[in-house]
Amino acid sequence: MPDLGTYAGPVLAAYGASIVLLGGLVAWVVLRARAVARTLTAVERRQENG
Amino acid sequence: MIALLVRDLRLATRAGGGFGRGLTFFLIVVVLVPFGVGPEAAVLARIAPGILWVAALLAALLSLDRIFALDHEDGSLSLLATAPLPLEAAVLAKAVAHWITTGVPLTLAAPALGFLLHLEGAAYAPLFLGLLLGTPSLSLIGTFGAALTVGVRRGGLLLSLLVLPLYVPTLIFGAEAARRGAAGLDATVPLMLLGAISAGTLALLPFASAYVLRVNLR
Amino acid sequence: MSLWEYANPKKFIATTTPLVPWIFGAALAFLVVGLVWGFFFTPDAERFGSTVKIIYIHVPSALMAINAWLMMLVASLIWLVRRHHVSALAARAAAPVGLVMTLIALITGAIWGQPMWGTWWAWDPRLTSFLILFLFYLGYLALWAAIDDPDTAADLTAVLCLVGSVFALLSRYAVNFWAQGLHQGASLSLDTKTNVADVFYLPLLVSIAGFVLLFVALVLLGTRTEIRARRITALIARGG
Repeated sequence: MPDLGTYAGPVLAAYGASIVLLGGLVAWVVLRARAVARTLTAVERRQENG
Repeated sequence: MIALLVRDLRLATRAGGGFGRGLTFFLIVVVLVPFGVGPEAAVLARIAPGILWVAALLAALLSLDRIFALDHEDGSLSLLATAPLPLEAAVLAKAVAHWITTGVPLTLAAPALGFLLHLEGAAYAPLFLGLLLGTPSLSLIGTFGAALTVGVRRGGLLLSLLVLPLYVPTLIFGAEAARRGAAGLDATVPLMLLGAISAGTLALLPFASAYVLRVNLR
Repeated sequence: MSLWEYANPKKFIATTTPLVPWIFGAALAFLVVGLVWGFFFTPDAERFGSTVKIIYIHVPSALMAINAWLMMLVASLIWLVRRHHVSALAARAAAPVGLVMTLIALITGAIWGQPMWGTWWAWDPRLTSFLILFLFYLGYLALWAAIDDPDTAADLTAVLCLVGSVFALLSRYAVNFWAQGLHQGASLSLDTKTNVADVFYLPLLVSIAGFVLLFVALVLLGTRTEIRARRITALIARGG
């Protein structure tokens, strides 16, 4: 860890908040993509079989 | 088009039409401010231009969902869309009606309410002129927002979320004009910009609103 | 092979399936390199001390906040003119990404501003413009959510994006008129490299590249999701 001096708080807070937000965004997009893909497969299968 | 305008005006001013509601709201908000901020004259005088403009904005917002709602409910909006009168002209008539029933009364009432807030003497003229030049854009922008949300149930909150950010430039220049007047400075530039915004919205938004209405009526 | 071929939803999904993981991988690589380089291997700046390290997140996110809206504008125009559903859905997919980018720019800006200007928030033109942009994103997303019919929603949000863009520009000038800025002037112009010293500039470029790639990956993935969601609705309506 570099010596952040008196500004350690702000710098770490900025990086921390950003990583949380970016991570949350990526997680949301990816999880939603998977859920919808699963639902589509299920609906398509039902249509084929029904 | 004039007939449509007159009809809307008559609808708005008859009992239950909502005329006067905006004006009353304007008065109430302005009266509330000293209770929130304290009665000190110097403070009130400084924030008076901003308070009057924000209150005017919010009061204009109140009557926006009525612009198309009634006609949409009883189907006359679809009739308007297929009538020989171009929908753009009908939209303009509705915006003008809104301005006459909301913008103009607010403009006329503002100096009296400014008096309550100890508005600086030199600010009255730029405040009045600013509202006169700026309220048309509020009506036009509001009409666009109303057209967007005409199909949304209880679209009032969504309407506010869409329209208020669009009101920001008008608010900035209007309040700035009044503030410059209060400081004894020349307020011509913000007033001209207000006029420009109204002119620009007049040129563009009736077309955008008509397009959006047609989409919603499909 | 015309770009318009990818406007076909099936072809879009087929083409992007192998691409998306690679773009995510590249985004991660650039982000890690850029941020690690910037965080661990750059010196402190004269005026800013170690807070200069915030630049590697603040500037790219601010750039992407604007670029996301621009992409939405182009996509909305393409939808209105050429009626390619992929375009409308791509605009919808870009909005949450733009929203989060704007939020990151605002938050890192506020955190950076506190030690620099002594205040968490200042009604500075740049910050205020971003706050207005944040509201525009919210309104756009709210309108998509409020309309049931997908084609109507696409049309309405596209027009909102157009009108919003005009007002966003107008607001930018109005806000500049309204307040003197605390914010540093543009220091990122590519032709005046002297503004930001090379030692900071290079990791910043890498980080920007990472953010751009992340945006592309998220929008491609998001568009695929929207296409599939649309297909689900259509299948169910047909009776499944």
